[in-house]
Amino acid sequence: MSSFSVTEPSKGQKWFAGIVVVVYALVTLMPLVWIIATGFKSPADAIAYPPKIVYEPTLEGYVNLFTTRTRMTPEALEEIGPPQTWYDRIVRRYDMVISGPSRYGERFLNSIIIGFGSTFLSIFLGTLAAYAFSRYRVPLKDDLMFFILSTRMMPPIAVAIPIFLMFRQLGLSDTHLGMILLYTAVNLSLSVWLLKGFIDEIPIEYEEAALIDGYTRFQAFYKVVLPQATTGIASTAIFCLIFSWNEYAFAVLLTSGTAQTAPPFIPTIIGVGKDWPAVAAGTTLFLVPVMVFTILLRKHLLRGITFGAVRK
Amino acid sequence: MTDDTKGRNPAAAPLALGRKVRGLSDRALAWVFIAPTIFLLLAINIFPLIWTVWLSLTNYRANRLNAEVKWVGLRNYERILTDPDIWYSMQATAHFLIWTLVLQVLIGFGLAYLINRKFKGNDLWTTIIVLPMMLSPAVVGNFWTFLYQPQIGLFNYVIAFFTGADPASFSMIGDVNLAPWAIVIVDTWMWTPFVMLICLAGLRSIPDSIYEAAECDRASAWRQFWTITIPMALPFLMLAVLFRGIENFKMFDLVVQLTGGGPGSITELTSINLKREAFEKWRTGFASAYAVILFVTVFGLASIYVKALNKVKER
Repeated sequence: MSSFSVTEPSKGQKWFAGIVVVVYALVTLMPLVWIIATGFKSPADAIAYPPKIVYEPTLEGYVNLFTTRTRMTPEALEEIGPPQTWYDRIVRRYDMVISGPSRYGERFLNSIIIGFGSTFLSIFLGTLAAYAFSRYRVPLKDDLMFFILSTRMMPPIAVAIPIFLMFRQLGLSDTHLGMILLYTAVNLSLSVWLLKGFIDEIPIEYEEAALIDGYTRFQAFYKVVLPQATTGIASTAIFCLIFSWNEYAFAVLLTSGTAQTAPPFIPTIIGVGKDWPAVAAGTTLFLVPVMVFTILLRKHLLRGITFGAVRK
Repeated sequence: MTDDTKGRNPAAAPLALGRKVRGLSDRALAWVFIAPTIFLLLAINIFPLIWTVWLSLTNYRANRLNAEVKWVGLRNYERILTDPDIWYSMQATAHFLIWTLVLQVLIGFGLAYLINRKFKGNDLWTTIIVLPMMLSPAVVGNFWTFLYQPQIGLFNYVIAFFTGADPASFSMIGDVNLAPWAIVIVDTWMWTPFVMLICLAGLRSIPDSIYEAAECDRASAWRQFWTITIPMALPFLMLAVLFRGIENFKMFDLVVQLTGGGPGSITELTSINLKREAFEKWRTGFASAYAVILFVTVFGLASIYVKALNKVKER
C-alpha cells in the first residue's frame, strides 16, 4: 500500500476504477436500452418469456402510439379493399383499420409549447433580476435571495390546492398560459440563483468601461453583459427546459385536456390492451431528446448541476 | 430603461453629474429588473401558501362551491396529528427517505471516488451514468412498472438469472414486503448520479498539495482517506444529502406512477396521501392543514440541517 497515491493513481488503480465505473454505467443503461428496444417490438415479443433480446423489429408500437384503431369484421375489411400504406398494412394484420390520430401528437406539442414558453420567460425575468442582484445595492438583498430560494422547498402538492382554486377563478385551468406562468414561477428561483453566479463572474470593469464610453446602464447590460453571459444563460435555459419538460405533479392536477403535457398522458397509453410497445415508443420519443441533449451538452450541464449546488 | 431618455452624449455630460444621474436611475432600474420576478413568486408561491394556511382553518371543500364555509380553528390540525393513516404515511416516507439517502450516498460517493482516479474516458462514462436523473420521474416510474412485471419484466428476469428463483414467483410492486424496496431501487437508480456529481465536485476541490504533503509524511491510504478525503468532501456530501432529502420528502411523481401508493397503502408517501385527500376526497380544508404540516416539517428539518452544515463548513 505504500505505493498508493491519490494525486497520481497507479495503472492498477485506474484499471480497477475504470472497470467498476463502466460496469455500473452499463447496468444503469440497461433499463433505458430495454425500453427503447421494446418500442420496436411487436406486442407478442414485448411480453415474451424469456425476454427477447433478438427479435424482428417493427414500427407497430409507433403506429399504435400515433393512431386510434377500430376492429372490423372480415366482410367490412373486404369492402375497404387492400391496405394502401405501410402503416395500414401493419394494423390490418390484426383486422383493424386506422380511425384517426391519437392524442399523443397534441400532448407532445403541448410539452414543447409550455416547455419553451416557460423557459423563455424564466430566463428573461431571471436574467434581469440576477443582473440587478449582482450589480446593484438592493436593500435586503440576502433576504430576497433567500426568499427566492425558499420557494423551491415547497412540496408542489402543498401549493397545488390554492393554485388549482386560483386558476379556476381566473380561467387559467387547463390553459397553456397558466402552465407557462406556473412553470416560470417554479423555475425562477433556480434561474436567478444560477444566473447571478454567472453574472458575478463577469468583471465589473467591462461595464464601467462601457459607461465611461457613454453607454447607459441599460445599454451596458444589453451590449456588454448579455453577450458575456451567453454560456451561463444557455446552460440555465437547459435546466429550466428539462424541468418543465419533466414536470408531472402540477400537470396532472391542473390540466386534463387542451394543455395537458406528455408526462401525465404517457401512462394512459397502456389502455386495456396492455400495449407495451406503444408505451415504450411514447416513452422513447419523450426521453431521447433529453438524453441526446445531455450527451451533447455534458460539459455545461454537469457544471451547472454542481455549480447550482455548490454555490449555495 | 429610464436611463434611455437621458443624454447619450458622453462629451457633454461631465462624469460627476453622470454618476449622480446614474445613481438615481440605478435604483429605479434595479427595481424594474427585480419586480417582475418578485411579483410572480408572490402571486404563484407566497399568496397560495397564505391561502393554504387560511383554508386549513376552515372546512372548505373545493367540489362544493355553494356550501357554507365554516371556520373550524385548529380542528383540522388536531385530526391530522391523531390520524393513524397519516402517521403510517409518515413512516413510509421515513423508510423511503432514509434508505434512498443511505444507498445514494454510499454508491454516489464510491463512484465519485473511483471516477476521480481519472481513468481514460471517465467523462464519457460519467455522462452515461448521469442520464437517468435528466429524465421525467413520472415517465420513468411508468416504464419501471414494465421492468418489474412478474415473469416478463427485465428486472425479475435478471434477478432470477442470478438467484435461480422463479421470475414469476415475485412481484416487486404487487408484494407488500417488496414494494417499499421497489421504490427505493428506482429512486436510487435515478438519483445516485446527482450525489455522485456533487461528491465529484467536492473531491476535485481538494488541493493536490494536501495529499502530496501526506504522502511525504508516509500517511497510509486508509489514513489519507479518513483524515483528508472524508473531512474535506463532507460539506459537499452533506449538501447532496440536503438536496436529495428535500426532494424525496416531497416525492410524488415517480412513486405515484410506479406503485400508485400500493399495494394497499404500503407505499403511500405523504405527498400521495395528501393528493388523495385534496383531489380525490376533496377535503380541501383538511388537506390544506396537512400541506402546512408537511411544509413546516421540511422547512424546519432543512433549517436545522443547514445550521449543522454551516458548522461543518466553518471547521
